[in-house]
Amino acid sequence: MSARGRRPRHHALACPAFVFYALATAGCTGSQSILNPAGPNAGNVSRLWWLMFYVCAGVFLLVIAFLTAALVRTPRKTNKLAHAPDTEPDARRERRMRGVVTGAVVSTVIILFVFLVASFITSRSLYALADPNNLRIKVNGQQWWWQVEYENDVASQTFRTANEIHIPVGQTVTLRLTSSDVIHSFWVPNLAGKRDLIPGHETTLWLRADTPGTYRGQCAEYCGLQHAHMAFVVVAEPAEQFNAWMEAQRRPAVAPVSAEQQRGQQVFLASPCIMCHTIRGTDAGASVAPDLTHLASRQTIAAGMLPNTRGHLGGWISNPQELKPGNRMPPNPLSPEDLQALLSYLESLK
Amino acid sequence: MKAEENTMQPDQMSATTSAASTTAQAVPAVSLIEDQERAELERTWSDEPGLWGWLRSVDHKSIGKRYIVTAFVFFVLGGLLALLMRLQLARPENTLLGPDLYNQIFTMHGTTMMFLFAIPVMEAMGIYLVPLMVGTRNIAFPRLAAFSYWIYLFGGITLYVFFFLNIGPDTGWFSYVPLAGPEFSPGKRVDIWSQLINFTEIAALAASIELIVTVFKLRAPGMSINRIPLFVWAMLVMSFMVVFAMPAVMTSSLFLTLDRLVGMHFFNPAEGGDPLLWQHLFWFFGHPEVYIIFIPALGFVSSIIQTFTRRPNFGYTALVLSMIAIGFIGFGLWVHHMFATGLPQLGESFFTAATMMIAIPSGVQIFCWIATLWSGRPQFKTPLLFVLGFFFIFVLGGLSGVMQASVPVNLQVHDTFFVVAHFHYVLIGGAVFPLFGAFYYWFPKMTGRMLGERLGRWNFALLFVGFNLTFFPMHQLGLQGMPRRVYTYLPGTGWGKLNLIATAGGVVMTLGIALFIVNVLWSRKRGRVAGDNPWGADTLEWGTSSPPPSYNFEHLPVVQGREALWARTDDAPVVTGLKTDCRDVLLTKTFDAEPDNTMTLPSPSIWPIGVAFSAAVAFIGSCFTPWAVVWGAIPAFISLVGWGWPKPKDEKCDLTPVDEWSEEERRKEASRAQ
Repeated sequence: MSARGRRPRHHALACPAFVFYALATAGCTGSQSILNPAGPNAGNVSRLWWLMFYVCAGVFLLVIAFLTAALVRTPRKTNKLAHAPDTEPDARRERRMRGVVTGAVVSTVIILFVFLVASFITSRSLYALADPNNLRIKVNGQQWWWQVEYENDVASQTFRTANEIHIPVGQTVTLRLTSSDVIHSFWVPNLAGKRDLIPGHETTLWLRADTPGTYRGQCAEYCGLQHAHMAFVVVAEPAEQFNAWMEAQRRPAVAPVSAEQQRGQQVFLASPCIMCHTIRGTDAGASVAPDLTHLASRQTIAAGMLPNTRGHLGGWISNPQELKPGNRMPPNPLSPEDLQALLSYLESLK
Repeated sequence: MKAEENTMQPDQMSATTSAASTTAQAVPAVSLIEDQERAELERTWSDEPGLWGWLRSVDHKSIGKRYIVTAFVFFVLGGLLALLMRLQLARPENTLLGPDLYNQIFTMHGTTMMFLFAIPVMEAMGIYLVPLMVGTRNIAFPRLAAFSYWIYLFGGITLYVFFFLNIGPDTGWFSYVPLAGPEFSPGKRVDIWSQLINFTEIAALAASIELIVTVFKLRAPGMSINRIPLFVWAMLVMSFMVVFAMPAVMTSSLFLTLDRLVGMHFFNPAEGGDPLLWQHLFWFFGHPEVYIIFIPALGFVSSIIQTFTRRPNFGYTALVLSMIAIGFIGFGLWVHHMFATGLPQLGESFFTAATMMIAIPSGVQIFCWIATLWSGRPQFKTPLLFVLGFFFIFVLGGLSGVMQASVPVNLQVHDTFFVVAHFHYVLIGGAVFPLFGAFYYWFPKMTGRMLGERLGRWNFALLFVGFNLTFFPMHQLGLQGMPRRVYTYLPGTGWGKLNLIATAGGVVMTLGIALFIVNVLWSRKRGRVAGDNPWGADTLEWGTSSPPPSYNFEHLPVVQGREALWARTDDAPVVTGLKTDCRDVLLTKTFDAEPDNTMTLPSPSIWPIGVAFSAAVAFIGSCFTPWAVVWGAIPAFISLVGWGWPKPKDEKCDLTPVDEWSEEERRKEASRAQ
C-alpha cells in the first residue's frame, strides 16, 4: 500500500501556474470591468485592489512554499505509518518554531493593518466626491428596468428616461437611488462600486467619468425572474454634447410627419400601450413602464437586453414574453400593417 | 488533574460481582467474567432487531451514520443542481433552463448545501464521534438526538417533494424581502422555504445541546479541559455558535411567516416595516453559519494532521484559543454582507476591521499546522492529501476574503462571481475537503473496513483539479462584471469562454464525487479489514473495536495524557463498577473531569419520531393555514407526554433518590466520599 503511494506532493507545485494565469489575464479590458476604470471612484478602488492582489499573491506563494518545504524535507525512508509517534518533540526545535509562528502572526497583523489604512483612505476618497452642486439624477429600480429622472429645481426642466444615463465627462454626478418594488443594486463597474436600491430608503452614489465612452451596468442584487436582464448603459460625453442631449430630452415628442407615422401614433394611443407608457406631448401619460418620448434616441431596448433596431423592436412589441419571460409587458397581437406603422412612429421619436 | 485510580471506580459493583459468583471454575475466571459482562452490555445497549428497533434507536452511532448518509444524499442532490446551473451557464443565452426553473434551482442549491448538507453533516460527525472520543457509552440526551435526525429528515424530504411539484423556493437561500414577501412572491414557494428553516434549525439546536452536554459532563476521567482533543473542542465551539446564531434566523423566518400568513408588516416599508431588518437578522445568523461549517473542519484537519505527522499538533493552546476567538469574532462580521446598503461610514469601518481581524486566528491555525508538518513525519495517505488540498484552496479563499473586508473593494465585487468563487474556496476548500479527508480517516472506524487508497488518490486528484477549474475562473468573471444569480448572459459580455471552462471543471468534480461513491460501495463489503487502530491514531475512538460495539467501550477508559492512546501505559486504569444491566454512564466534572456521579441514559423510544412527525405536520400545515399551529400542537403534545412518561418505579435502572437509599448504600457513598 505504502509502496504505491509515493507521489502525492506535486499538486502544490501547480500554484505558481495559477498566479501567473491570474496576472496574465486579470488586467483585461471591457466596458463592464472593475479593472478598466474610467473615473476616480472606480480608479481608486482598482488601485487598492491591485495593492491587495500583489500582497496577497505574495503571501499565498510564501505559505505554499513553506508548506511544500515542510512536506519534502522529511527523508522518505522513515515513512512508515506504524512508526511510533513522536510524543515528546524536541524542545529546542519547538521553541524555534514558536518564534517563527509568532513572527508569521505578527507579519499578518502588520499586513492587515496596512490593508485597513489603505481601505479607509480609499473610502474617504469616495465620500469626497459628495457635493451639493453636483448634477442630480434620481434612479428608481423596478422589476426589471431602470427609471431615470434628471432633477432640476425648476420643475419643468425635470425629465424622465429609462435604462440609459448620460453624464458629462469630468463632472461629478450625484445619483439618488430608490426602488418602488424589491431591492435592486446599481452597478457600473467601470465607474463605481454598487449601491443598493431599497424600497423605503434612499441611498446615494457619487461618480464621475473622466474618459468619454459607453459603460454597461447591471442590477447586482437578485430581484426575481428577470434579474439577469436588468441592464443599462451610462454614456459619458463631453459637456456640450451632454447639454444638447439634455435639451433634446426635455422637449416633448416630435409630432408624426408621414401618414404611416400618424397611423402608428393612432395605433399606439388606441392600444393598451397607453396603460403603462408615457409619450410626452400625447395623451399617453402612464408611468409604470419606461418613458418612450425619445425612445429612438436610446441605444438599447428591454433594459439593455436588445439593440434598438426596428427588427428587435417589432419582435419585442409582438411578444415580449418570448424574449424576456416573466416581464411585465403583455404580448400585443397587432396586424402586420399596424405593427409596421407603430414601428415607424416609434422610430421617429428621436 | 492527576487521574487517581481509586477515585475512578464508583462503587456500584453489584452487577459484576454477582455475575462472577455464578461462573464456572474450570475456565479462567477473568475471561469468562469479561465475556459475560460484554454479553450483558450488548443486551443492555443494543437496539432491538428489525424495523421497529431501527425506528426506536437512540444509539449515537446509528443516528450519526443515518445523519451522515442522509446529509451526503442531499449533498449529491445539491451538487447535481449545481451541475445543471453550470450547464445552463456554459454558453451565453443558453436555453437549457428557463429563468423560473433556474431561480428555483439556485435557491435549492444554496438551501440544500447550507441547511441540509453542511450544518447537518458536521453535527452528524459530532454525534458519531464525540461520545467515542470523550470515552463514554452514548451521547447525552439520546432521544433528543433521534428527534433531531427525524425532524431534519422530514424537513429535507418536504423541501424536495415540493420542489419536484414545482413549488420549490425561488428567492435565493437568503430570501431577501420584499422579494420574498407576500406581494412579490405569492404562492407557497417561500412558505416552504421558511418552514424548512424551522425544521433544520430545530434539528441543529437539538444536536448542539447534546454535544455541549456530552463534552461538558460525559468525558472520561482524566480528560481535563487541557486534554480535550482538538476535534472535540471544535465541536464544542461550533455547538455554542449554533446556540447563539440559530435564534436569529428562526426569528426572521417566523417574522416572514407572519408577514406572509397573517398579514403582519415586519418587513413592509409601506406600513412602517423595514426590509433591512431582515438582512440584519438573517446575516447575524448567516455569517456565523459560515464558521459553524468551518470550525468542525478545523477539528478534522487537526485530527488528521496529528495522526499523519506522527506527532502532537504544534501549539495546542493556540489552536484552541484560535477556534474560540473565531467563534466570538464570527458574530461581529455580519454587516459586511450589507456594505452596499449605504451604511454610515463609521459602521462600515468597524466591520471592515472586525472582518480583517478574523484572519488573525485563522492565520495562527494555518501556521501551527505547517509547523506540525514541518517537524513531523508526514504520511501521504488519502486523508492527508485532502488536508493538503485544504491548505491550498482555503488559503486562497481566505486571502480573497481579506480583500472583500475592505468596503471599497467589497462594493465592487459584492454579489458578483468573484464572491461565488471566494465562498466556494472557503466552504469547499475549508470544509468539504477536510470532510472528505475525515470520511477517509474515520470510515474504517465506522465500518471496520478501509476505503480503497488508490481510488482515494484519484478521488482527491479529480476533486482538486475539478474544483480549481470550476471556481478559479469565477474570480475573473466577477472582476469582468458578471453578477451572481443570473440565469443567462449576453454574448457581447465576453464571459462565455471562462464560463465554459468552469462548466468543464464542474463535470470533472462530478466524476470525483462519483468515484468516492464507488469507493464507499466497494470498500464497505470488500475493503481491507481495518482493525481497531489502522492509522496508529491517538484519540479514544481508536481504542475500541471497529466498528465499535453498541456500548462503545467495555470499560470506560481513564485518560493519562493529551494524546490519550499515545500516552496510555500498559497498566492503564479503567473505570469499573458501572452497572452493566442498565444504561449507566459516568458523569465527570466539567473542568478537571474527575468522576462526579453516574446517570442512567434513556432507553430506545418511538416517541422522538412521533414528536418529529407531528411537528412536521404542523409546520407543513401552517404553510396553508395559521390554524395548523393549533391543531398540530395536539399530537405534538401527546407525543411529548409519551416521550417523558416516567418508567415504573421498580425498574432496576432508576436512580434512587438519596433519602430512599439503603443503609449499605449510605455506607458505600460515605466511604467513597472520603
